[in-house]
Amino acid sequence: MENEKCIFAPGDFKNEQSVRWCPGCGDHAILNVLHKAMARLGVAPRNTVVVSGIGCSSRLPYYMNTYGMHTIHGRAAAIATGVKTARPDLTVWQISGDGDGLAIGGNHFIHAIRRNIDLNILLFNNKIYGLTKGQYSPTSDRGAVTKSSPYGTTEDPFIPAELCFGARGNFFARSFDVSLDTNLEVLEAAARHKGASVVEIMQNCVIFNNRVHAYMTDKELREDHTIHLRHGEKMLFGKDNTKGLVQDGFGLKAVTIGEDGYTIDDVLVHDAHNPVNFLQQQLAMMDGHDLPLAIGVIRDVEAPTYETEVENQVNEVKARKGFADLRDMIMKTSETWEVK
Amino acid sequence: MLQSTNVQTLDRVVVRFSGDSGDGMQLAGNIFSNVSAGEGNQISTFPDYPAEIRAPQGSLSGVSGFQVHIGKGVHTPGDEADVLVAMNPAALKTNLQYLKPSGIIICDTDTFRPADLKKALYTTDDPIKELGIDPKRVMGVPMTTLLKNTLADSGMDPKAIMKCKNMLALGIICWLFDRPVESVLRKLQAKFAKKPAIYEANAKVIQAGWDYGHNTHSSMPTYRIETESTRPGTYTDVNGNTATAWGLIMASQKSGRPLFLGSYPITPATDILHELAKRKDLGVKACQMEDEIAGVCSAIGASYAGHLAVTSTSGPGLALKGEGIGLAVMAELPLVVIDVQRGGPSTGLPTKTEQTDLMQALYGRNGESPLCVVAAVSPTDCFTMAFEAARIAIEHMTPVILLTDAFIANGSSAWRIPEADEYPEIKPNFVTPEMLEKGWKPFLRDEESLVRYWAVPGMEGAMHRVGGLEKDVKTSVISTDGRNHEEMVRIRREKIARIADSIPELTVHGNPDAKTLLVGWGGTYGHLYTACEELNAQGRNVAFVQFRYINPMPKGALDLIRKYDNVIVAELNTGMFADYLQMHLPMKEIMRINKVEGQPFMVKEIVEGVIKHIDAKAK
Repeated sequence: MENEKCIFAPGDFKNEQSVRWCPGCGDHAILNVLHKAMARLGVAPRNTVVVSGIGCSSRLPYYMNTYGMHTIHGRAAAIATGVKTARPDLTVWQISGDGDGLAIGGNHFIHAIRRNIDLNILLFNNKIYGLTKGQYSPTSDRGAVTKSSPYGTTEDPFIPAELCFGARGNFFARSFDVSLDTNLEVLEAAARHKGASVVEIMQNCVIFNNRVHAYMTDKELREDHTIHLRHGEKMLFGKDNTKGLVQDGFGLKAVTIGEDGYTIDDVLVHDAHNPVNFLQQQLAMMDGHDLPLAIGVIRDVEAPTYETEVENQVNEVKARKGFADLRDMIMKTSETWEVK
Repeated sequence: MLQSTNVQTLDRVVVRFSGDSGDGMQLAGNIFSNVSAGEGNQISTFPDYPAEIRAPQGSLSGVSGFQVHIGKGVHTPGDEADVLVAMNPAALKTNLQYLKPSGIIICDTDTFRPADLKKALYTTDDPIKELGIDPKRVMGVPMTTLLKNTLADSGMDPKAIMKCKNMLALGIICWLFDRPVESVLRKLQAKFAKKPAIYEANAKVIQAGWDYGHNTHSSMPTYRIETESTRPGTYTDVNGNTATAWGLIMASQKSGRPLFLGSYPITPATDILHELAKRKDLGVKACQMEDEIAGVCSAIGASYAGHLAVTSTSGPGLALKGEGIGLAVMAELPLVVIDVQRGGPSTGLPTKTEQTDLMQALYGRNGESPLCVVAAVSPTDCFTMAFEAARIAIEHMTPVILLTDAFIANGSSAWRIPEADEYPEIKPNFVTPEMLEKGWKPFLRDEESLVRYWAVPGMEGAMHRVGGLEKDVKTSVISTDGRNHEEMVRIRREKIARIADSIPELTVHGNPDAKTLLVGWGGTYGHLYTACEELNAQGRNVAFVQFRYINPMPKGALDLIRKYDNVIVAELNTGMFADYLQMHLPMKEIMRINKVEGQPFMVKEIVEGVIKHIDAKAK
C-alpha cells in the first residue's frame, strides 16, 4: 500500500548499463515501454523482481534498476515461481522468448499458468532463435527456412495463446513491439491482474527474421489485419472502424458494416472477463489472414492465485495447530519416552 | 535354542518381521522397537521393501521385511536375525537368508496351504523340510485360526479381521522378549486414538498372541535384553528422512530465514517432501513442483528472495538439477540440495541403498563448479547434518549437497529431542546500510571468508542483478575478460576451501595408536564402528574415522590419514571416496573394501575385509 502513494518515473527503473541488443531490435522499444508501465504501476524498484531465462530477450533484467535474475535456459518461470511463492509481497516479472519459454521451458510455462501464480509473463515472440544465430523456434511457421531448416521446417508451430488457454490461463494479451500505446496498455493490465498473466509481444528480429510480422505491422496493412480488442467495446477494425466481427454459427466472421445486411448491432461486444473462454479462445486464434489478429487484452478473469492460497493455508494450519516451535510440535505429535 | 528352559540374558537381539507388503510388518516392528526403547534398549531399524507397491499376494516378489535391532551397543540394524517372523511361505523362503544358523522362526502354519506354497514356488507340501530347516528351531503357530477365534464375536468382517494378524505376531514376540503388554497397548492406543473399535480389536489380538506364547510354550526360554544408560531427556524414534526435514526446520528457526522446499516425488527421498508438507503448521512452504528441475529452480528463486531454500531428491533427480545447482554456484546463493542415494545408474534399484552419487555430487556440473558436500552417518545424524548443510549454505552463500542414502533415510533409531538452545544461531551475511553508503557491489566479499553479502529484495538501495554470466571481480557487472574469469574461478574455489575453518575435525574411534586406519563416509558409520569394535576385541588393532564433511574435508584430515601404515576405505560403491582420497594423497596406498549389492554392509564383511588386507600386507 505504501507503494501506491509513491510516484515513480520511468527513469527510476532504468539503470546505467549500455543496452547491448542489435540496433533496430524490437526489444529496445519493449524495454522503454516496460520502464513506463512500471512507473505507472507505482510499485517501488526495491519491491520489483525481473526474472529471465536465456536468449536475446532474457538480457533484459540487466537493463533494469530493480532486483533481477538472469538465469538458465527455459527455467525462468520455475525460478520466478520460487520468488513469488516465498515472497508474495514482491511484484515479479518474467521475461522469456519463444525458444526459452515454449521449447526448453514449455513445461514450466504451462505449469506456471495452470498453478495461476501471480507472475507477469512477457513472451517476446520473434519466431526465431536469435542468440544462437538463426534456428527455427517452436513458433516458426511450417516451412520456415532457417539455418537448422535449410529446406523448410516440417512441423507445425505452437500458437502461444492456444497453449495458454490449454493450460487454463486466466489472462492473455497480445501486442507488437512497435505498438507503444497498446504495449503500455497490456503490460499495465497484465501487472494489475492477480494471477499468471501472459503477454505475447510480437517482436521483430532485424537480423535473422526481419519483417516476420510485417503483414500485421506495416502501416498500410495494419488496420485490416489486426483488431484491437477492449473489454466492453464493439469488435471493430479496419480503416475508420468500418469492419466488425460477428457470430457465424459456432465461429466468427469478419463483415463490413452496411454490407450484406450487417449493421453495427450485429457486431459482437468483447467480454474479457467472461470465465467461459470459448469466444476468447476463438479471438486469440485469429491469425491476421482470414480474420484479423487480435491485440489488446483478450482474457482477464479473476481466480485464486497460488502464492496467496499457499500463504493462507500456512496461516490457517499454523493457527489451528498452534505449535510454538519444532520441539513443541515433536512433543505433541510423536511417541516419546523419558530417559532419566 | 528352543529346548532350553532358562530365562536368558542377551546383550542384543535382532528380530526380522516379514510378510506381504500389505501385512503391516513395519507397524508391528515399529511398535516393538519403540516399546523396547522405552524399556531402555538402544534401537536401530531397517525396512527392506520391494519396488512394487502391492505385488501379488503371497508371491516371492511381494515380500517386505522390517528388521529391528535392540539392546546395548547397537549401531546397526544387525547383520542377521535371531528371530524371523514369517507370515507366509513366500516370506519364509526369501528371508531365511537373513536368519542366523541358530535363529528361531515364528511362522503362520495356517498359510502352508497348497495354493500358498505354489505361489511361493515350493515343490513339496512341507516348506520347513524343503528349505532344510531344523524343525526344533521352528515355532509354528496357527495364526489365522487363532485370530479368527479371538475376533469371532467382534462383528468385524473377515477382511478386517485379517488385518490384525500382524498384532498377533507382535503379541508373541512381546512374550518372547518379555515386553510389557501395557506399554504396547499404550502405543497402540495413541495410534488408533480416533478409532476405538479398531484399537479394541488389536488390543485383544495382542493379548491373545502373548497368552498363546505363555500358555503353549511355557517350557520355552524368554529373553531379557540388556539396557544401556543413555543421556537423560525426552526421546522419540526417528528415521533419517524425518530427521532431515526436522534439521532444516531447526536451521530455519536458528537463522530467522523462512523455510522453502521445492521438490518432486522420488524414491527414497519423498518422505522429506511429505514431512515438510505437513509442517506448514510451522510455517514451512513446501511446494511440489512440475519436475526435478522446477524443484531446484523454485528453490533458487526463493533463496534470492531471502529464504532458507531446499530441494530434495535422489540420484536421477540430482542429475536433472545439475544446471540449476551450477547457477546457484555462479550467483553465490544459499541452497541446500538433499540427495538420498539409491542404487543406480539410471532408474537402477530405486528402493535399495548405495553410495554411488559421490562423484556426481562433487563434480556433476559443467565448468569449474565447486560446492560444499556433506554426508550424514546415521538416521539421527540426518538432523545434525541437515542443520549443518543449511548453516554452511547461509553463512557461506553457496549450494551445499547433503548426501544421505536409502539405508539411513528409512532406518530409524532413538533420538533425544534437542532443546532449541543446543544448536547455534545461524548468522546470514546480510548487506548493511553502512555498506550501501560505502558503495556496495553484489560480489563484494568478506575478506576472511570470501563470502559475498546477501541483499534481499525489498531492501532500498541494494537493487542488483545476479545470473549465470561471469561477473567482474571489482564492479560485479558482466565480464568476458579471461583473466578476470580465472580470478573469479579461483575465488569461488577458495571460498569453499575456507568453509573448513568452521567445521569440526575428524574423530578417531577404536585404537588411535593402531597401524591400521579404517575409513568410511556417510551412512556406513554403524557397520564400520561395530566392525572396528569387533576387530579390536579380536586383538586386531584398528583405528577408525568416518567422514561427514567431504568438500572441504576437515582440517588435518589428510595429515591424520598419512600417519597410518594401512589405510582401508570401505564404501558401498566401487571406490569413489578411495579415489577422492587418492587424488589428495597420491603417494599413499589406499586399500579398499567395496560392495554394490543395494544392501548395507554386514559387519562381518568389513571385519573379514580388514583382516584380509592386513594379512596380505604383512606377507
